[in-house]
Amino acid sequence: MSELARESSTRRSARSAEPAPRASARGATFLGTPPFPTAAKAALADTQLRRNLAHATGTIRGKRAAVVAEVDNWEELRLAGAALKDRTLRHLDTYLTQLETALTKAGATVHWAGDAAEANRIVVDIARAHDTDEVVKVKSMATVEIGLNEALADAGITAWETDLAELIVQLGDDLPSHILVPAIHRNRSEVREIFLREMGRAGKPAPADLTDEPARLAAAAREHLREKFLRAKVAVSGANFAVAETGTLAVVESEGNGRMCLTLPEVLISVVGIEKLVPTWEDLDVFLQLLPRSSTGERMNPYTSMWTGVTPGDGPQEVHVVLLDNGRTDVLADEVGRQALRCIRCSACLNVCPVYERTGGHSYGSVYPGPIGAILTPMLRGVGHDEQVDSLPYASSLCGACFEVCPVRIDIPEVLVHLRSQVVDAHRGRPSLQGAAMKAASWMFGRSARTAAAEKLSGLGSRVLDRTVRRRAPGGRRALGSLPWPVSAWSDARDTPVPPPESFRAWWSRTDGGRR
Amino acid sequence: MNARDAILARVRTALRDVPRDETPADVEVPRLTAPVVPDPVGLFAERVADYKATVVRCTPAELPDRLAEALDGVGRLLVPTDLPPDLHPAGPELVADTHLPVTALDALDGVLTTARLGIAETGTIVLDHGPGQGRRAATLVPDLHVCVVRTDQVVGGVSDAVAALDPHRPQTWISGPSATSDIELDRVEGVHGPRTLHVLLVG
Ligand code: SF4
Repeated sequence: MSELARESSTRRSARSAEPAPRASARGATFLGTPPFPTAAKAALADTQLRRNLAHATGTIRGKRAAVVAEVDNWEELRLAGAALKDRTLRHLDTYLTQLETALTKAGATVHWAGDAAEANRIVVDIARAHDTDEVVKVKSMATVEIGLNEALADAGITAWETDLAELIVQLGDDLPSHILVPAIHRNRSEVREIFLREMGRAGKPAPADLTDEPARLAAAAREHLREKFLRAKVAVSGANFAVAETGTLAVVESEGNGRMCLTLPEVLISVVGIEKLVPTWEDLDVFLQLLPRSSTGERMNPYTSMWTGVTPGDGPQEVHVVLLDNGRTDVLADEVGRQALRCIRCSACLNVCPVYERTGGHSYGSVYPGPIGAILTPMLRGVGHDEQVDSLPYASSLCGACFEVCPVRIDIPEVLVHLRSQVVDAHRGRPSLQGAAMKAASWMFGRSARTAAAEKLSGLGSRVLDRTVRRRAPGGRRALGSLPWPVSAWSDARDTPVPPPESFRAWWSRTDGGRR
Repeated sequence: MNARDAILARVRTALRDVPRDETPADVEVPRLTAPVVPDPVGLFAERVADYKATVVRCTPAELPDRLAEALDGVGRLLVPTDLPPDLHPAGPELVADTHLPVTALDALDGVLTTARLGIAETGTIVLDHGPGQGRRAATLVPDLHVCVVRTDQVVGGVSDAVAALDPHRPQTWISGPSATSDIELDRVEGVHGPRTLHVLLVG
């Protein structure tokens, strides 16, 4: 653990009753993150994190709204995006084999990985075959999901993250907190400190006179990473899209680190979730319009790279594609939850989520934070085994803002409700597991408890909860305080939870996030 | 069962609810109304400039002078071996990209290329790395990219671009210089790609 991580973890635990999720000694991990309400409580106490998050999500929200308003046929694009993904998912076996054929014809080698361990083994074996002790990496959620960096480290191979935010996270021995801007929880002076202290240990040191100006910090990252780009033999990437018809892969990025990784090394390994497919080349039209505007709030991101297998004399001459399942077929099997596989990881739903804005990504304890994480993680990992996972479907007020911005129209509230009923079913007769989910639910309803309507809810409920929480909280401490909550929502959860009389969002804007 | 067959079997099991006779075409996808772009060339120039790239419009006759201005102060300039000779600028020392090692590319001051097309709506330049455009590394490693786009290469929207492009060619879509907003969402132009993008719009 780095100095800074240790400092901040001490700082956090001093301020909050519960330990915050922190890095382990050997690389950060989400394992052991406490259930959502506990982690959220800790995050709420961290005012720096809240300030950074509020600034960031507010800025991106504004940019997104402006560039979306510019597009006359935005709704048409959303409908087309959703339909194209549905088409792909409903015929995924056909498209997967089509992709395999197209890739093979274009000179790429296709691998299939049922789970994280298989995928990691494939990547490690390829890197070993090239006798390298390092790889350069483009930001990829799939590789974080499978813990590839740790697997490479175990094999004696260092994975260099090259996205600026990922570099900050990696050098700070920290965890990403946002799909799009994983270092959103760090401010500029923290970044400067991390660079000054850690860059020298990983390669070219930061200049001694480094200031906390973002332009200077970006320049330091450019200098630091360039030698790695120029010497790397093997690169690892994900892909935003994989075109079944042609075998074309696309990576959408801003900094040029993606282009460096995709172009300079001799060997390129792309780990691609099986939900990343689109049927035809023409279909990219829709997604290349939806993604940048939803994601960074730009008309187009600075760089998009597309490649189809091997191009003689240009770029990597050995191209591997690892098609990853790792729980995705379980999501596919859930007829309600299947729509989550449409997700193009734009992160728009995070930026509009009132819960996310207050708690940050770490509270979700998973690679995929925010509203999409609250539905994807329980489906990928399965409910009924882990109270952290089971608490996630409750990390929402069901306000519906996420659906409204989602470029592929994923009805996240619908899936949340569906998963809550699964959690309840999984816990039938196993009351010991109910604690976390109940606490998450009470935490959420506690937020809206300030409305007069919610306060009318049963006094009995609050007393029951109070007792439950007293009994279950570690150290006998009350984790959440006394919160009125609708008992009826719990007992009715098999159907639809009672929506708060005032929507969470209405309450949020009326009270300026509870500050009035 | 190997991993491939196991995954495909799981996919098929997961899709039990999909009627056996359903085809992909049965999942209807609404058609898009093509947006009307009244002045694509003007819009292209405006939107490229929005990204903090330099955009200069000129006639073919003016091009040599505008090129010389764009390359003022550049010592050694990388050029694709098949860059049309009429685009060869006076001034810098021209270094042809005869599969130079990447470390050699890193020692050069800039690169001059043509483009495959431009997209007005998004201010995007697309390279498919055909004649005059260089291989992918050529427009990536040097810190300055001067790109010549003809006005007749500018299309209205992303749909027009996708329809015109060949997916079997590698492509780089460029919208302004490289940028990051990773530190407090402050946009900084110039990280790993060329920090300066200079577009000459000719026609
Ligand atoms: S669920 Fe929708 S809004 Fe959220 S990241 Fe995925 S595509 Fe974007």
